[in-house]
Amino acid sequence: MKKIINDPATVVAESLRGLAVAHADILRVQDDPAVVVRADAPVPSKVAVISGGGSGHEPLHGGFVGRGMLDAAVPGAVFTSPTPDGVQAAVAATTGPSGALLIVKNYTGDVLNFETAAELAAAEDLDVRSVVIDDDVAVKDSTFTAGRRGVGGTVLLEKIVGAAAERGDSLDAVEALARKVVGQVRSIGVALSAPIVPHVGEPSFDLGPDEIEFGIGIHGEPGRERIPAEPADALVARMVEAVASDLPYEAGDKVLLFTNSMGATPLLELYLAHGIAERLLAERGIVVERRLVGPYITSLEMQGMSLTLLKLDDELTELWDAPVWTSALRWGI
Amino acid sequence: MGCSSEGVAAALRAAAEVVAEHRSELVELDRAIGDGDHGENMSRGFTAIVSALETEVPATPAGVAKLAATTLISKVGGAAGPLYGTAFLRASTKLGDAASIDVPLLVAALQAALDGVQARGKAVGGDATMVDALIPAVSAAAACPADASIADVLTAAADAADRGAESTVDLVPRKGRASYLGERAVGHMDPGARSTALLLRAFAEAAR
Repeated sequence: MKKIINDPATVVAESLRGLAVAHADILRVQDDPAVVVRADAPVPSKVAVISGGGSGHEPLHGGFVGRGMLDAAVPGAVFTSPTPDGVQAAVAATTGPSGALLIVKNYTGDVLNFETAAELAAAEDLDVRSVVIDDDVAVKDSTFTAGRRGVGGTVLLEKIVGAAAERGDSLDAVEALARKVVGQVRSIGVALSAPIVPHVGEPSFDLGPDEIEFGIGIHGEPGRERIPAEPADALVARMVEAVASDLPYEAGDKVLLFTNSMGATPLLELYLAHGIAERLLAERGIVVERRLVGPYITSLEMQGMSLTLLKLDDELTELWDAPVWTSALRWGI
Repeated sequence: MGCSSEGVAAALRAAAEVVAEHRSELVELDRAIGDGDHGENMSRGFTAIVSALETEVPATPAGVAKLAATTLISKVGGAAGPLYGTAFLRASTKLGDAASIDVPLLVAALQAALDGVQARGKAVGGDATMVDALIPAVSAAAACPADASIADVLTAAADAADRGAESTVDLVPRKGRASYLGERAVGHMDPGARSTALLLRAFAEAAR
């Protein structure tokens, strides 16, 4: 394993130190438990939007802390959900009478820890609600699995909900909006190589040189199936088919298309894939009105990409276009 | 002969050693069907318990169990933190203010731990989780004769947990991250079931 680290045990803390130094105008980092907080938090009379999860997915979520998006992000150890006291610290640093919305990706650990934190917050008379995102079409959503995972759609959800909170929407409104977004966003991911978790020191799964994992999550966990490597046209077609054929997309729908690198896939390939996806969606009569292309929800140095579709309406488009000022996303200001 | 708070602390120290010894094995089991952090997370949690016990050993067995619970919840993260944390917390509640643990109280605490894990994780037997080790362990403990020693009861529980963990090899996981793999996970032991069996074995050895 070659990595630019000192000690696997201090990777996250040292990285957060760098984040704080690099973006002191946008955010600050609290220690023990670690929390990334908006520089101007708590913002009076505003619903706090808080997210979090294992580290290793940067810029998610710390990169999305700032005006128009998250009030706080709670980083866990690499690929491990944060603990309830971290979430509690984030709530304490950001949440006033307007309450807070916790954005939770559907992984057993994240759900359990955030659930516990929300119970603790309720015990302190704070109005803290949770919404669980589960946009991954690779997973069968049934009572026989942990349910669909939260993947790329998380970024879009955080942007849109953050914009609504920034303009002063109530907690009821922000929560309802979040559930609406969760209802109309879908994703699929593929991996060409496995990531190397620092404290494990070897690839998270073994993939042959001519193999692709189709339907992966964001932790280097193996996917829905293993397929032979194929040219981009065929692979992207397979991905578009998986996402667009899952409810709720129909011809005539306006969508946001998010083409995401899992960390090691370069923009050269990512734009190539994005172009193919746009063409294939057009063939289905689906109108791409907004785009996001780049590494926004990654899995360490895993090669691969994900495609996310969000069905838009005027409200969602307006909130997407609203100003945002974070280290990883900024426009309109 | 019951088990005092010092006895519970000794069992936790023994568990920390066992977890450290098996860190790589748990990582490997998890790597096969999840993301490979179970050994690291358990090791981090039990190391933290041992250092907390260096500062102070609480006066009652319940106090020690509660210290283990809060440490696991605040240091481990993932699914293991809340699940093992809840197990120790529920056991602690059941132990109440007893100065030492006798066999009926031990069985009740194990049952409470199992109930807590199932309430939090919503898993049932056969889902290929730590519950598949805990259910037979609690049954085996409950079936021990009234005059059995704490060590005998824990040994019976650990033996049953070993068999329970072994049984997860043939199961299709229905909870946790391994459930995303479906049939592809068959042939792999559940890391949580394995760590449960390891902990019970460590407790049993410590009680001898």
